[in-house]
Amino acid sequence: MRKSKLVLRSYVLGAVFLLLLWWAVALLVELPIIPTPDKVLTKLGHVFFEAIAIHSAYSLWRIAAGLFLAVLIGYPLGLVMGYFKQADRFLAPLVYLTYPIPKIALLPILMLLTGVGEWSKILMIFLIIVFQVAIALRDGIRAIPEETYYPLYSLGASFWQLFRHVIFLASLPKFLTAIRVAMATAVSVLFFTETFGTQYGMGYYIMDAWLRVNYLEMYAGIVVLSLLGLLLFGILDLLEYLTCRWQK
Amino acid sequence: MIEVEHLSVGYDADGREQSALHDVSLTVPQGTVCAVIGTSGCGKSTLMKVVAGLIRKFQGTVRIDGCPVNPQEMKIGFMPQNYGLLPWKTVGENIYLGCCIKGEESADLEVRGQALCQRLGIAGLEKRFPHELSGGQQQRVGLARAFLLRPDILLMDEPFSALDAITREEMQEVFLDLWQENHITTMLVTHYVEEALYLGQQIALMSAHPGSVQEVMDNPLAGSAEERHKPEFFAMGQRLREKIREMGARS
Repeated sequence: MRKSKLVLRSYVLGAVFLLLLWWAVALLVELPIIPTPDKVLTKLGHVFFEAIAIHSAYSLWRIAAGLFLAVLIGYPLGLVMGYFKQADRFLAPLVYLTYPIPKIALLPILMLLTGVGEWSKILMIFLIIVFQVAIALRDGIRAIPEETYYPLYSLGASFWQLFRHVIFLASLPKFLTAIRVAMATAVSVLFFTETFGTQYGMGYYIMDAWLRVNYLEMYAGIVVLSLLGLLLFGILDLLEYLTCRWQK
Repeated sequence: MIEVEHLSVGYDADGREQSALHDVSLTVPQGTVCAVIGTSGCGKSTLMKVVAGLIRKFQGTVRIDGCPVNPQEMKIGFMPQNYGLLPWKTVGENIYLGCCIKGEESADLEVRGQALCQRLGIAGLEKRFPHELSGGQQQRVGLARAFLLRPDILLMDEPFSALDAITREEMQEVFLDLWQENHITTMLVTHYVEEALYLGQQIALMSAHPGSVQEVMDNPLAGSAEERHKPEFFAMGQRLREKIREMGARS
């Protein structure tokens, strides 16, 4: 408990420091494009419930749906690649050849195939995350020493039992790390995709405020988008804390 | 009863077939402990893995209570050198893991588990993780798991080697104490002469290149703490050492 209080305090201090830095820069340059944080936060208080809330809900939904799909496909793929060496020989080239393709460049094609609506945005996030999930899981499973399975093998454990007692828990830290890394990319990609063909989402809100030269609203949007990322990171950290307590 | 007849195991080394075990025959009678001793590289662990059902490719026959090895149908307790505890499971979960996999849900399981923990001096540690325990405590958890399952046979691969000398002797006594209650047919691999003499009613001597059983000795000194300090025990230890040395020189 004392430790979590300490962590919280250092985060608050970090936030205060960043705000002060922002304030100093704003006062120094004195340009409308960099307003002081107090004005932005006051504006945020005014517009959050009447405008931003619905946009952030849309963004969160897209990330959640993309992430869910990526885990749904990437987890079994990584599991098969990590545990069955034969399967990996066939699947690894496919994954490695497609992994370096800049997924964001496929956005125009995705939009032509699935329309400019929800699906192209969700699929984009899915494409970004799915590879990282599969590869992290494969490596995580590969790193489990063979001897770990021995007592279970000699008890005649089924594959499901091996998964439940060994594979799932042993690879969980690598899996969560991969999601965390992918999440940062996903938020940036989301911003980009939301500037096309939608009236909702934080990307739309920020760009729209920018075009209307309403810098305060634009900054309010950026703050909310950052907090959204922070929230997702926090959830992942909490998950890791709850499930990976066994790590030294 | 464990019966091994004309067992040969090969392995692939840079494309060349190498022999890990050659024509090994060994019988461990029901309700006894057989200590397998030999220099490193003599295939002790390979023998153990075959009996545990971890190696399926071999020539010869291996039977447990008259049937070919089948981990699904038998209860084989296997304790590797690192005790085989899963680091992501608590001590309690680790102890019940064997029974959980075998789907055992007898009503007195909990009671027996608690009694075992009491006896092994690990009661109250059930919520901890293995890495928070000392080596000796981890070993006790491994023993608790093995004896809670009441396996048909128990296989132990150098179970006490990672412990310091004092803890090792303590654990040997703990093991013997539990064993005398259940008389589980046990095969124990070791490279300590005193451990083999103290625990094994039968001692199988193995030599390397290729791994084979050279001699199976009956050991009347096993299982008694008093014998351990008598001159006969030391004399027997010396003889055993001599034999192992001779085998090493021959191969």
